[in-house]
Amino acid sequence: MMKFERYEWLAIAIMISLFIFVGFIQGWSVSLVILNMCIISAIMTMGVNISWGYAGVINFGVMGFLAMGGLAAVLVSYPPITESWQAGGRGLGISFALLVVLVIAVMYINKTVIQKRNRYILNSLIIFFGILIIRHFYLNATHNIEDVNPAIAGFLGGLGLPIIFSWIVGGLFAAGVAFVIGKVALGLRSDYLAIVTLGISEIVVSVLKHEEWLSRGVKNVIGLKRPVPYEIDLQNADWFINLITYLNSSKLNNIIDVSDRQQLLNNLIIDGSGIFVKLSYAILFLIVMLIIFYFANKAQLSPWGRMMRAIRDNETAANAMGKDVVKQHLIIFVIGAAIVGVAGAMLVTLDGLFTPSGYRPLRFTFIIWIMVIVGGSGNNLGAIFGGFVIWFSWIEAAPLTTFIINQLTVGLEPTNALKIHLLDSVPYFRYLFMGLILLLILRYRPKGIIPEKVRHS
Amino acid sequence: MIDFLNSLIVLLNFIIIPGISYGSQLALGALGVTFVYAILRFANFAHGEIMSFGAMITILFTWFFQSQNIGLGILPTALLALPVGIIATIILCIISDKFVFQYYRYQKSVPVVLAMVSIGVMFVINAIIRIIIGTETIKFSDGQKFIMKAKQFKVMTGLNEGLALKSSQVITILITILLLTFTFWFLQKTKTGKSMRAFSDNEDLALLSGINPDRVVFTTWIIVGVLACVAGTLYGLDKSYKPIIYLNLVLPIFASAIVGGIGSPFGAVVGGYVIAFSEIMVTYAYKKFFVYLLPSSIEPTGLVQLLSTDYKFAVSFSILVIVLLIRPSGIFKGRVL
Repeated sequence: MMKFERYEWLAIAIMISLFIFVGFIQGWSVSLVILNMCIISAIMTMGVNISWGYAGVINFGVMGFLAMGGLAAVLVSYPPITESWQAGGRGLGISFALLVVLVIAVMYINKTVIQKRNRYILNSLIIFFGILIIRHFYLNATHNIEDVNPAIAGFLGGLGLPIIFSWIVGGLFAAGVAFVIGKVALGLRSDYLAIVTLGISEIVVSVLKHEEWLSRGVKNVIGLKRPVPYEIDLQNADWFINLITYLNSSKLNNIIDVSDRQQLLNNLIIDGSGIFVKLSYAILFLIVMLIIFYFANKAQLSPWGRMMRAIRDNETAANAMGKDVVKQHLIIFVIGAAIVGVAGAMLVTLDGLFTPSGYRPLRFTFIIWIMVIVGGSGNNLGAIFGGFVIWFSWIEAAPLTTFIINQLTVGLEPTNALKIHLLDSVPYFRYLFMGLILLLILRYRPKGIIPEKVRHS
Repeated sequence: MIDFLNSLIVLLNFIIIPGISYGSQLALGALGVTFVYAILRFANFAHGEIMSFGAMITILFTWFFQSQNIGLGILPTALLALPVGIIATIILCIISDKFVFQYYRYQKSVPVVLAMVSIGVMFVINAIIRIIIGTETIKFSDGQKFIMKAKQFKVMTGLNEGLALKSSQVITILITILLLTFTFWFLQKTKTGKSMRAFSDNEDLALLSGINPDRVVFTTWIIVGVLACVAGTLYGLDKSYKPIIYLNLVLPIFASAIVGGIGSPFGAVVGGYVIAFSEIMVTYAYKKFFVYLLPSSIEPTGLVQLLSTDYKFAVSFSILVIVLLIRPSGIFKGRVL
């Protein structure tokens, strides 16, 4: 099915050799940490690439969809907190039911009252008083929930299921939010749409930050269960010790002294357990990435993908050919957001904690967009490549800058104020690199490093 | 009667004065965004960072003047450093245009590409600012802090409620009036201003009638530089300077520009005040206000707050979305300067 060109094989080879290189220089543990984040970034990039590259629908709400995925990870995997449910479950239920009634009432009014002015007045009255009543129940309930053992709980908890399910649920959550946003905003011109999606993603994050009954807000949720074994269990498992002994048998046999050998074995087991955990994550993530990659490519090559390209390249013509542009835009926006949501759940799974205040647009929206542009919009392999390369340079920018600054200021005293200041601001140089990479790519290779293939089928 | 006056003072102190000064800062920012949109026809995501850059240069020179013991007495030293900041910001704008934006303008790229490019510029300026001045919060206002303290007002009028008037608020309002008057006078009365309006209205026609596009763009960047630097400095003077805030400020600024009708300078100013007032009014707790107005039997028990202050940010966006749905071209029909 998929056939890679020679330069595409080259790109894959570059990606793999980057990690082998880091593995030898900085250690395999570091290499695997970067690899895991690279895979997650690649999935986010594919999500954005599907809406932007296939259909030209701009999505600056990446941060919001990631946060929804993260919320899903919490709600699926955290054990339920019964006290909280008892304290406020009923109040929440009532306010939710009232909300449904309110929505139905508004819809009914919209249908029956024909005169525009009456409709506005009736609607605003009903919404105003409805919200007043709902607020009463809602605030009481949330207040009660947040009072339950605030130091460790103070929220509803989740379902207590394995966290791996949350990857799908995260996708669904993000898709739901995307559906609402798309219904509201997709008619807008692309630069308006960019601003609106950016703004709505801020709203989503601020809701997660401040609705403590739902997500614990700025108090963060920690200690989410892992889908892979814990280091400490591995270190005590017989099969793992045997495996390490077997892998390092030649090294161990060289040491004659028994206690020295035991010492070395213990160190190897501790190192090995960390690497094993990261490797299991990497394999899980890689499977997800390859599944998404497979289906994304399939979709792109299908008649549906062709229609999307037609809509992207000439909306009016596609419309004239009888394609429902608005509907297709909505579909592809939702699909793209769902993939980003999956990545968001995976991100929280990897970290084991959910920190709503950590979602910032610079890091979670704009960097992802740089990945898409640099990799090559409209090409899935390009998206993966962009995700890998940009995340890799984002991480490795700091050591590189330190090296460059040290080289440039080699003649200066170590106490020189300029040198100290520059070395202190090393973390900020990565923003400079990102900006320059984006500007250079947009100028000299506007279609990205691995551009979209022009198909004549 | 006294109660009524007291409640009025509460409104004035907590809503109207902060609203006007925050609104002025947003208005100046939104005016800059609108200028770029009307003449260069793209959404400039780097505008917040340009504001931040101007404020940073002003702060650096404020420190320099302070170390030389040059000051303005009761006025903040920053006002003295502001012209230097303005010149630096203009230079920054023109450099970024020459090296980055110009190419795409000549290529006639679509607006989205230019918006992406402006994100690249945003990253670069962002990095430069952080490398030079770090990420710490900086307070750089000196001179007399209050024109009128709450206590003075209470003693003066004998009312229960105090009315505080910060000098930074008064300076913000005065400079905004000055700058807005000048900008609108420039657009309406001068030849360059008229050519800018013509260019914004219909580019081809303007070119045919002999307007030099490079000159129009050059003037635009000068105006944008002035507006951005002043807006950034005033915001920093009023609250405090923190690089990350300016990135967050971009969103309300865009909201103001779009709500007012993007491309319409008057709309941008109105939009700034609309956004500022709604942010403050929706998140203010009106309890104190009602306590004065209503008889004690029906006094409210809660805070009488529509939304908690945490959602300040969300308010501007909800307004943006509502306006875009009901009236996509903004309050004042946009797209013409």
